[in-house]
Amino acid sequence: MIVCITAQGSSLDSEVDPRFGRCSYFIFYDTDTKQHEAVENQWKAAMGGAGIQAAQFVVQKGAKKVFTGRIGPNAEEVLKNAGVEIVEVSGKVKDIISKL
Amino acid sequence: MIIVVASGKGGTGKTTIAVNLALSLERVQLIDCDVEEPNDHLFLKPEIKETYSVKVMFPEIDEEKCNYCGKCSEICAYNAISVLTNSVIIFPHLCHGCGGCVLLCPEKAMKEGKREVGIVNIGKKENLRFIEGKLNISEVMAPAVIEEAKSFIDLSMDAIIDAPPGTSCPVVASLKDVNFCILVTEPTPFGLHDLEIAYEVAKIMNIPSGVIINKSEKDDIIESFCEKNNIPILMRIPFDKKIAELYSKGIPLVEGLPEYKQKFQKLFETIKELVK
Repeated sequence: MIVCITAQGSSLDSEVDPRFGRCSYFIFYDTDTKQHEAVENQWKAAMGGAGIQAAQFVVQKGAKKVFTGRIGPNAEEVLKNAGVEIVEVSGKVKDIISKL
Repeated sequence: MIIVVASGKGGTGKTTIAVNLALSLERVQLIDCDVEEPNDHLFLKPEIKETYSVKVMFPEIDEEKCNYCGKCSEICAYNAISVLTNSVIIFPHLCHGCGGCVLLCPEKAMKEGKREVGIVNIGKKENLRFIEGKLNISEVMAPAVIEEAKSFIDLSMDAIIDAPPGTSCPVVASLKDVNFCILVTEPTPFGLHDLEIAYEVAKIMNIPSGVIINKSEKDDIIESFCEKNNIPILMRIPFDKKIAELYSKGIPLVEGLPEYKQKFQKLFETIKELVK
């Protein structure tokens, strides 16, 4: 299963980014292969609708679970519609992964 | 003649000027274009006779034709569309009704629908015709409501438009096609700062303008700006507790202090001369 963790940096040592749509990085982690990929959030400074585009991107990347600080109502609607589970967390990215 | 009352900075007295100027004239109409928070009605207490719905384009999807290619989401400048594997979600409050998605959908699966963003109320107070635009709560498309409100202007009589504060799209929409712009300001650095921007907007739109100094006391910063740019100072309203008291009770200045009626009539005559 692929999960997505919003992060303040590109490494697993980074802190979880408390924002979803305007986070710095999305870290995708595959629980089967133990591989991860960090993608910079291109909607970080969008005028509006950042959460919607970010959510659509996360869905397209095949994530089934999202770990983030807080999620906005629009992004939540997109993720729920796509059947993605949302988990509100804080701490370091690697600590979230170690608990998976 | 159409006169717009604008300011840049909020709270300088646009409503006071617009309402009282309208109440001082014989055959005139007042249009409240501060559609996010119209408040002229609080002072006029008009009788509303008709209400019109203001609608903007909103895309409708034909699920039969849509193959979820995502083109609409990709081109939407306002990020209002999300396309998932087998569903499309459109967020009404982000959509600006530009119609790009309808135009560019490769499957012709989108068509133009409509959505209400506000209303226009039309009524009167004695001989004064009153038009008011009102944006629905949580909507952002103020210019659509302003343009609709202005479309009800009766061109056979003079019109006073109460513009919203600021200098962005809603103000530009209010200033379009008017003959004169009154810029209401106060003698503070903040008042001057926003006056400068508002004046530039009117200038770019080729609208002659003049300044009214409200809460007038020590006006030198405004006076030197007006002198430098050759802007007429049309009127001064003193910083007077009595005026604030009337305002707080919803009583128009010209009713509470009738001597102002003549001042507003004179203001109108001055503007008429300037527009000539």
